[in-house]
Amino acid sequence: MTVRIPRVAGNILKALLPFCLLTATLLLLESREYLNPFWIRIIQLSCVVAVSALGLNLIYGFTGLFSLGHAAFYGVGAYTAALLMKGFVGAYGEESFLPAQAAFLGSLAAGGIAAALLACLVGLPTLRLTSDYLGIATLGFGVITKVLFDNADSFLPQLGGARGMTGIPRMTETPWVVAGLVAAILVARNLVHSTYGRALVAIREDEIAASTVGIDIFRYKVYGFTAGCAFAGVAGGLYAHLYTFLHPSNFDFLKSFDVLMIVVLGGLGNLSGTLVASFGWIFLLEGMRVLLPPEYIEFRWVIIPLLLIVTMLVRPQGLFGRREFPFLRGKVYR
Amino acid sequence: MYALIALGYTMVYGIVRLINFAHGDVFMVGAFLALYAIERLGLPLPAVFVCAAAGCAALAVAIERLAYRPLRSAPKIAALITAIGVSLFLEYFTALHQVFGPNFYAFPRPFDVVSREFGGVTVTNIQGIIFLATLATLGGLQYVVYHTKVGRAMRAVSHDPVTAGLMGVNVNAVISFTFGLGAALAGVGGVLYGIAYPQINTFMGVMPGLKAFTAAVLGGIGSIPGAVLGALIMGQSETMTSAYLSSTYRDGIAFLILIAVLLVKPTGILGTARVEKV
Repeated sequence: MTVRIPRVAGNILKALLPFCLLTATLLLLESREYLNPFWIRIIQLSCVVAVSALGLNLIYGFTGLFSLGHAAFYGVGAYTAALLMKGFVGAYGEESFLPAQAAFLGSLAAGGIAAALLACLVGLPTLRLTSDYLGIATLGFGVITKVLFDNADSFLPQLGGARGMTGIPRMTETPWVVAGLVAAILVARNLVHSTYGRALVAIREDEIAASTVGIDIFRYKVYGFTAGCAFAGVAGGLYAHLYTFLHPSNFDFLKSFDVLMIVVLGGLGNLSGTLVASFGWIFLLEGMRVLLPPEYIEFRWVIIPLLLIVTMLVRPQGLFGRREFPFLRGKVYR
Repeated sequence: MYALIALGYTMVYGIVRLINFAHGDVFMVGAFLALYAIERLGLPLPAVFVCAAAGCAALAVAIERLAYRPLRSAPKIAALITAIGVSLFLEYFTALHQVFGPNFYAFPRPFDVVSREFGGVTVTNIQGIIFLATLATLGGLQYVVYHTKVGRAMRAVSHDPVTAGLMGVNVNAVISFTFGLGAALAGVGGVLYGIAYPQINTFMGVMPGLKAFTAAVLGGIGSIPGAVLGALIMGQSETMTSAYLSSTYRDGIAFLILIAVLLVKPTGILGTARVEKV
């Protein structure tokens, strides 16, 4: 009789393996000082951005909902997680009933849940709008959220309002971001290739056809939107504890555009593209700080838009088009 | 104020269904051109307006030709991302020290501010000029769009570009003309902005651009009177919020109104619903 590993355990192993490998590699590079802290930071930030971008890809790439308010949900997750974690550290300090890491996990989850709840609330009325109008409504929501963040100190002084929120413990280390990224990839991949994911793709392709085969279009739109925003919330929580400082201007509508550009550059409805584009985007953005001579540093934002325009002119369907990395493909669906 | 920018948005969207995010930055370029025309060349005010409008029109036609036209048959989002790219490029390129520079610049007042009272309402001559200029452009646009040959061609292209092309309309020329006209209005808006708020920098186009676009959507995008109406509502709501609530909530309230209107009437106040055909 052969020993059979139960399926669940096997799946968990499959997920743990890339996590361990990636974390080990990064930690090794970090400890041997092959990479200086600057580049480690960039890699960590890339992972966080990738989680958020995967969320937007679920919303826009797979479900076809034009959302320009992604940074708002990112911000809600960031503020929620930071508030909880700060409260936790403040109340219990060193000797607490929970290890700080567990509390961090909890506040990340809370950030995701807060963003998802809000997405549900926002989505219920606005998802009846179509295409560009939905984009404007979510853009408006993004601006409103930023205004609320700016004025947040008038109802919750800990949030800091326009002066920014300080005193957030630094919790986000390499294992956390890698774990977040691996989890996001897994959830996104499995969601996309599930019945739910196919319903979402069907809605993107043709709403009327989707409804004739029995898909409750509105309900699935809310599902897709909520799921994508939950990603943003978790990414926001990671971000908050990576930089330990939150400012409303980090979550204004221009930041939503950044994520949108990543998703479109990588290719809509393409997980591999989003991953590559997230890393590429952050590396380009931050890497140019090092590569450009200091007196030309302002040219950073001149070069990036030009590259963006040229890429769009040459490959309007995104860098990856419809090709996916093998580990992101579904078993049947391609 | 917003009305002039909103008109440009609504015209471009009406014809090519593209949210032209670079429009707010064309507006900024207009203000800077005017600044140069006044300070370096010492032109009189009417010539300044012509100069800014012409410069902006040329810029917009160039943008359309280089960045948007190759993407007209591509997915809409590609053009949208390109528009964002153009917008960022204009902002940061002009902020370089070699171009305009990143600082705030004082815009010279070409005439003195005079306030008058009309039945308890104080109106400065600048506000009067802006109001008259907006009315004049609104009238002019209505005339161009509904009573000239180009206007008829514009409406035809907006309705169905392929059929319009088959009927002998030069679609590319019409689209270029629309971009140019919209940008000329933005240029005039830029000069007026410079006169009204005499401080300009290269990022000044972002918020007015966004709000003008919101105004266009609020009034019903693609509709010319709608853009003006939407702009009036936006402007009023901002002023009222600043006056009665707190200026920090200003942007939020304006967008709250937008969302409320969109939920009740998704195509905007004066917009017409498009019939979905299967």
